[in-house]
Formats: sequence, C-alpha cells, structure tokens
Amino acid sequence: MKIEVIKAKCTGCTLCVRECPVEAIRMLDEKAVIDLDTCILCGACEKVCPVDAILFEKPTRHSKEDLSLYRDVWVFSEQRGGKLADVALELVGEGKKLAKARGSKLCAVLLGHNVSGLARELAFHGAERVYVVDSPRLERFSDESYSQAMVWLIERHRPEIVLAGATAMGRSFIPRVAAEIRTGLTADCTSLGIDAKGNLIQTRPAFGGNIMATILCTKSRPQMATVRPKVMKKPARDEGLSAEIVIEVPGDEILASRQSVIDEIVDAAKGPSLQAAEIIVAGGAGLKK
Amino acid sequence: MNLIVPIKQVPDTTDVKINPQTNTLIRDGVRSVTNPFDMFAIEEALRLKERFGGKVTVVTMGPPQAKKVLEEAMAMGVDDAVLLSNRAFAGSDTLATSYVIAQAIKRIGDFDLIVCGKQASDGDTAQVGPGIAVRLKLPHASFVRKVRTVEKRSVVVERSADDGIEVVKMPLPSLITVTKEINAPRHTSFAGKFRAKRTHVPMWGPKDIGCDEAIVGLEGSPTWVDRIFTPPMKKGCLPMDATKENIAKLAGEILKR
Repeated sequence: MKIEVIKAKCTGCTLCVRECPVEAIRMLDEKAVIDLDTCILCGACEKVCPVDAILFEKPTRHSKEDLSLYRDVWVFSEQRGGKLADVALELVGEGKKLAKARGSKLCAVLLGHNVSGLARELAFHGAERVYVVDSPRLERFSDESYSQAMVWLIERHRPEIVLAGATAMGRSFIPRVAAEIRTGLTADCTSLGIDAKGNLIQTRPAFGGNIMATILCTKSRPQMATVRPKVMKKPARDEGLSAEIVIEVPGDEILASRQSVIDEIVDAAKGPSLQAAEIIVAGGAGLKK
Repeated sequence: MNLIVPIKQVPDTTDVKINPQTNTLIRDGVRSVTNPFDMFAIEEALRLKERFGGKVTVVTMGPPQAKKVLEEAMAMGVDDAVLLSNRAFAGSDTLATSYVIAQAIKRIGDFDLIVCGKQASDGDTAQVGPGIAVRLKLPHASFVRKVRTVEKRSVVVERSADDGIEVVKMPLPSLITVTKEINAPRHTSFAGKFRAKRTHVPMWGPKDIGCDEAIVGLEGSPTWVDRIFTPPMKKGCLPMDATKENIAKLAGEILKR
C-alpha cells in the first residue's frame, strides 16, 4: 500500500489539492506534494487527477476465512429491567431491510433473566428468529457476561451483520465483542445500506458532526455497527407475526463476570425525558413575549 | 498505585470548518490539542496517585508531533510518557489501535488501573478503551463519572447508564473510561513545563513492543474509510412573528410529520 505523486506527470493543475478532504496536499515548485502524516489514504486525489500522476495502491484485502460462511443479520435487543429499548425495535425494522437485500433472515438476540416474553414483541415487529439466553447471571448488565454471551453466540451461528443501539450499554460492551472476535465495528451510524458486492455501507458523523464518513469492513465478519437511537424508524407492530424462538444455554463460565453491579440509582423523573421525545421544539433569542 | 493513561492528539474540533467551495475540511491554522476527554482521565489518574502514591504514565500513538500532548500531560504532573510512532501504525482503526496500545502497556508493565477518556473528540467511537481491556484480558467500565473507593485489590465506580447511575465493583487491575462529570482538570504548572522539556520521551515502534505488523496500520485494520463528505444541508429557516395563529399553525405542521 502506498501513495505518491509521479512528478514527471504532474502538471500542477491543483485539482488534487482542492479535492483532498484533509488538506494533505500542497504545491511545491508547481508539483503536488502529499504530506503522508496527514494523508488518510482515501484515494480521492487519484480519482480526480486528469493525468494519472498519482500512484495509489489500495491495500489488498483478502481474508483467511471464507466470508460466505456468514449469513443473517442480527440485532442485539437491549432490555433493561424487562423493558425493551426502543432502539432494539428500530433496528429490527432497519435490519430487516438489510436482510432482505442480502436474501437472509433478521434475527434478534435477547439476553437477560425472565425475558422470554419479550421475544414475542420482537416477532411482532418483524424478527424472524429470536435467540434467547435466559439466566440469573444476565439479570443486570455486566460488560463481561454480556460480551462473552454475544461472542459465544456469534461464533456458534456466524451472522454476517450485527447491529446494536449506540446506548450507554451498547457503546460499552459491543466494542468488547468486536475486539474479542477481532472484527470491525463502526460506532454511532446514522445510515446503513448494502453495496454492490454485498458489504454493509456504514455512514456516521465525525469531527463533531462536521463531516460524514462512509466506512466499510470488507475482509472480516461479522460486520458490526452501533446505531444511534431515534435515527431509524420503528416498524409497525403486527400481532399476526411470529418468529422461531431458539433457546440457547451457554455454560456458566461464559456468563461469569469479574465486574458486578452493586447498586443502581435510577434518575427520578424530572418531567419528560429529552431522549425519549419524538419532536423537540426549542425557542431562540428571536422569540418575544 | 500505578496508573496508565492512553491519550490522543486531535484537531481542535470547534475550529474545524468546511470550505463551501470545495467541500473539504479547512485544516489551515487548526490547532492540535489533547483530546478534551483525556484531560479528565489525566486529572483522575493524578488525583488517585496523590491519594495512594505510585506513578502516572501517559501513552499516545500518532505522528512524532503528538509528543506535544505527552509534554502537556507531564506539565500537569504526569511522571512518565511513551510515544508510539511509526509508519507501520498509520491508518490503524480502533481495533488495531487498541492492540498497539495494549502491547505498549504490556511493556510498561506493573499497573493497577488504566484510565481513558470516554472517547476521542474527532472519531467519537468510545471503542479503544474497551478494546485495550480485551487485549489485556481485563474487566472494564465505560462512562465512569466517579471513582468511589479504591481498595488494595478492587475499585468501586459510578458509571452513567441511560436511565441513571450504576455502581460497579471490579477487581484491580482493570480499566475505566471517564466522563467530564468526574473532575475539573488542573492547569499545567511552570515547574511541570520545565520538567517536561527536560524529560526524555521514548519513541516505540512495532518491534519495541512485539507487534504483529500484519494486524496494525491501514492494512491490518478491518474497517476503512471509503468516502468522506459534507452532511447535506437541512432545509432553510422560515422566520415568522410569534403570533398565536402562527404558533398554532406551526404546532399543527410539526405534529403532522
């Protein structure tokens, strides 16, 4: 992998200087010079160069594993105290579109204790299969037991895509899952899609929302993403829908945790929560009495 | 109590602007700063050191000029610093970065707690902290807003949940990522700056920390940036007088959506 300017070809037109998203290219003696410490190797300059003066060798990405062994779209169905998070249902709706595009199934993963009733709710919103791990060890959220249970399930069933809400819980333990499996994870996606090669297109804001970046994970599976709550639309509820329920029983060593929640302080309701609002109306300095 | 604080040099995001003609980031004159969330991590580590003794080591991965954030940390009172800088590391995503930092922490050795900022202000991923914990086979707690008690072999922290606070107990060594509620970071001192300038900061590459080069850098990273673009502009404003009729009309339109 490398990027360089072939000086003999460069005509000094400065198109690449204007195209570079990170301003890594400068003109020196009427030739483009790339600052490799700033360059993010996106290849935008190569595409825009009219005289092919930029040599860019994209990294070759080949996997040791056969990626076609992985199929289905999974949604981690976050619940706290037996109540499903809205984002779980939103992701069932979004994940189902991705599963359809890939010709596979949308599966929900439910971790907790005495939560099997929630499996039906996931089915009513479109989940085709629900994996349930029900154990007292999962009653309270623990990064270790939740991530180990997810890793165990993923290694057993090999999903192609795994989605989770970008909530405090999802943003805390999903990175552990991806790191254990050694696969890619894209945080806080605001839009998802499938490209022509069947890869998950993950779009997210960066630099405090000043730019958007599209991220791909082409050589490892599953492709994992967390998605911000309220970005995707919650699908309609239909009590006529049903799902295959798969009860999974990992060993106690999988659900063991060195970390324990010894107390919970739930915020006393101070009026309606901003996070749960569908529409927020704010007034500015232009408002008069 | 020995503490390690992994930090990151980031562009000062409040300064990042888009050139409307070219749709690119204007980087000219944009300062590089210590990731603001890392300042809380450095401060918390210093406070823990002041209570329990030991030392604080900061570590960063980046281009050679990232040494600046290490010097700033030393000027705040941090004892030691390590710079991870090598062409092989360039383009690392969060998984590869976690691996490199974890390898460096293994070489630094002898620590009780790793303190990270909750996320970096440029990428906002919050993934490197938990990733380091996995590589070092440690438990971790993200979004910690208070360190309640520290005992010889355990720590009790409060972490932010979506519906409140969870009090979490973990054995040591372990890793926490901290939020801005945890403290108010101190300023650098003159004596600290003087000491920082005189302290040698070692620069480590992949060989110094036993890195498998196949899993670092752009090529060793599972995720990569395909495209960067400016977010589409939302529709413009509609100024109106705050009359009762207008407000009723507006409320009606919003509810219809």
